[in-house]
Amino acid sequence: MDAIILQILNGLDKGSAYALIALGLTLIFGTLGVVNFAHGAIFMLGAFTAVTLDRLLNMSFVTIDPTRTNFLGQPLEVKTPYIVSWFGDSIGNGIIDWAVPLSILFSIPIMLFIGYAMERGIIKHFYHRPHADQILVTFGLAIVLQEIVKAFFGANPIPTPAPAAFRGSFDFGVWLGFPANAIIYPYWRMIYFLFSAIVISGVFAFLRFTTFGMVVRAGMADRETVGLLGIDIDKRFTIMFGIAAAVAGLAGVMYAPINSPNYHMGMDFLVLSFVVVVVGGMGSLPGAVLAGFLLGVLESFASMNEIKSILPGIDQIIIYLIAIIILLTRPRGLMGRKGVMED
Amino acid sequence: MQLFGLSKKDTLFLLIVIFLTLATPILLQPFAEGSGLAQFNAGYPDLMQRFAIYGIFAIGFNILFGLTGYLSFGHAAFLGVGSYSAVWMFKLLTMNVIPGIILAVIVSGLFALLIGWISLRRSGIYFSILTLAFAQMSYNLAYSVLTPLTNGETGLQIRLTDPRLLDGANTTGSLPTTNLFGLAMNDSIRLEFFGRLFTFNVGYYFSAVMAIIVFYIALRIFRSPFGLMLRAVKTNQTRLNYTGVNTRPYTLAAFVISGMYAGLAGGLLAAMDPLAGAERMQWTASGEVVLMTILGGAGTMMGPVLGAGFIKYFENIFSKINDNVLHNWFGALPDGLENFLVDLVHPFVGKGWHLTLGMLFVLVVMFLPGGLVEGGQRIAALFRRKRKPDGSGPKHQPKQAPHVAE
Repeated sequence: MDAIILQILNGLDKGSAYALIALGLTLIFGTLGVVNFAHGAIFMLGAFTAVTLDRLLNMSFVTIDPTRTNFLGQPLEVKTPYIVSWFGDSIGNGIIDWAVPLSILFSIPIMLFIGYAMERGIIKHFYHRPHADQILVTFGLAIVLQEIVKAFFGANPIPTPAPAAFRGSFDFGVWLGFPANAIIYPYWRMIYFLFSAIVISGVFAFLRFTTFGMVVRAGMADRETVGLLGIDIDKRFTIMFGIAAAVAGLAGVMYAPINSPNYHMGMDFLVLSFVVVVVGGMGSLPGAVLAGFLLGVLESFASMNEIKSILPGIDQIIIYLIAIIILLTRPRGLMGRKGVMED
Repeated sequence: MQLFGLSKKDTLFLLIVIFLTLATPILLQPFAEGSGLAQFNAGYPDLMQRFAIYGIFAIGFNILFGLTGYLSFGHAAFLGVGSYSAVWMFKLLTMNVIPGIILAVIVSGLFALLIGWISLRRSGIYFSILTLAFAQMSYNLAYSVLTPLTNGETGLQIRLTDPRLLDGANTTGSLPTTNLFGLAMNDSIRLEFFGRLFTFNVGYYFSAVMAIIVFYIALRIFRSPFGLMLRAVKTNQTRLNYTGVNTRPYTLAAFVISGMYAGLAGGLLAAMDPLAGAERMQWTASGEVVLMTILGGAGTMMGPVLGAGFIKYFENIFSKINDNVLHNWFGALPDGLENFLVDLVHPFVGKGWHLTLGMLFVLVVMFLPGGLVEGGQRIAALFRRKRKPDGSGPKHQPKQAPHVAE
């Protein structure tokens, strides 16, 4: 039992990332009808806003401390981050420590802007072009974004620590009444799951309970009629593109401490997220979330040694295998509407 | 003049292609050895082999994508399978490339039959995702469970201890080279005239002959009723189904043919350098052939070859331009300007050439949906329009009345 719970927990953090990226992809597909291969790159950009803020906060000036010497016997050079000198030791170091959660605040406007600019600059021209063209142009865009990041940050993964309070693990099993050390779970992954749950419910609440969301949903169902009612649906869809980019960006920001960001992390997630979207059903938002978590958890189950000993290699292919089975038996996906993209 | 059942125009076209392919080692060495521009020469064997091999890969991909419109995102799987089968043939049977390449084509054809049979049940983006899923599965399996077959991360290599039943016992103590009935693939004849060094490489000519043969086959497919049927699938599959045509056998045939092309390319890659790694099957490799086809012009005969050549050329030449080269170029300018220009160009060349490629790609898809071929046609049309006035002159023609109701 504890082994099963542990695997479910292990799958949740990856599942959260899949769900958040897939949610954005589905939003874009459902509103604009565009297949966005650059979405993984946006996820990567999100992770790099965290890296950037971390670096900015750590910018320091060098003073020479004549009272101490380094190992060569020369006066020691002490690096003091500007933040520390401005706000004092405890507050300054606290801010540096909380770089990743703080980047959430910065990444939302940045990602909204990037999404907006991308849509207005390039994707706008591709509404009436075939899906193949959309895939190709966004793929090219993804390469460009990826290479720009590589030019600035290099090709190596950049470790970005979580706040000290959330480093390490806690004994989750004790809460559920298992003996000690049965289920050990890192704090930050728990945070990541809770965070993604909040973001996902935020997006759903936004779409369901606001007038803006209502118009967007109406536009998803019948764009033409909404346009005929005198609503500028294109503008709202552009904003939705920005929101989808922000969701992917947030997923990236919070993922930075779990996996040190590198420039091709977006591509790694992109393929899987597409599979997630298709399994959930093209254009179905709850489907994307459900499939994201489902595939994340299944992937983690498949990597259990007990299962690997029966079916070797299953952990490598389980997601693709499920996608193939779903596509062949139920092409509209788990929760796709009947008749939408069903051929 | 009509040859091989082609129309007059196509025969001429084919002859031009044959001439260009065979003369490649000369045509791609336009700059004198030792001159500043010599680094733009592409006439060295390794790169020319890549032109031919990736040309084959892209021609095959174009038979599927260009004719039927089915966008496969997993074609690199067939390339990888072809490479693996060829290397196994080198290990077990003989270093002669013919059996290896035949096996590569057969195995990848069978593999394509299996994947196509399943994937072609869906169309549009679902087909793309299905092929992508299969390719990624093959890639992941090649890295993990299939290690006995693929040698995992190290990649499959030939060894001295391999049986090689048809070859005699190896007494030299060094690794044997791939050959065509004794003619080693890495053998070249170097000739120097007009200050230029021309390398005529056996491996290149072998690949080139293969490329010409498959180009001819593709040309026949494009002009055949079968090709017409594939175009009909692209235009409107639903209507075709309503007229009582079962399109599946046609698309499946196209899929298998393009899979075999990819297998041939993979086999040739292994024949040039007897090594096969799983990274050849990764989805970015599949993406590359899509880029080549689109960049050149999908659905045209020459497009994919041009695209493949273009990308491989830039990959090799652009990535070699480093800061020293840049300083050489701008050396005549004042120092400040020189450094500024070098800094400006630096991110786009050398290791950053992917950035140039990506931007070029976005621009091509946006402004030239027909790829390089369309670009060439537009330029040609521009010249034709310019030349016209010489003869008749627009003055003598009646001016068209504006806003005529039609």
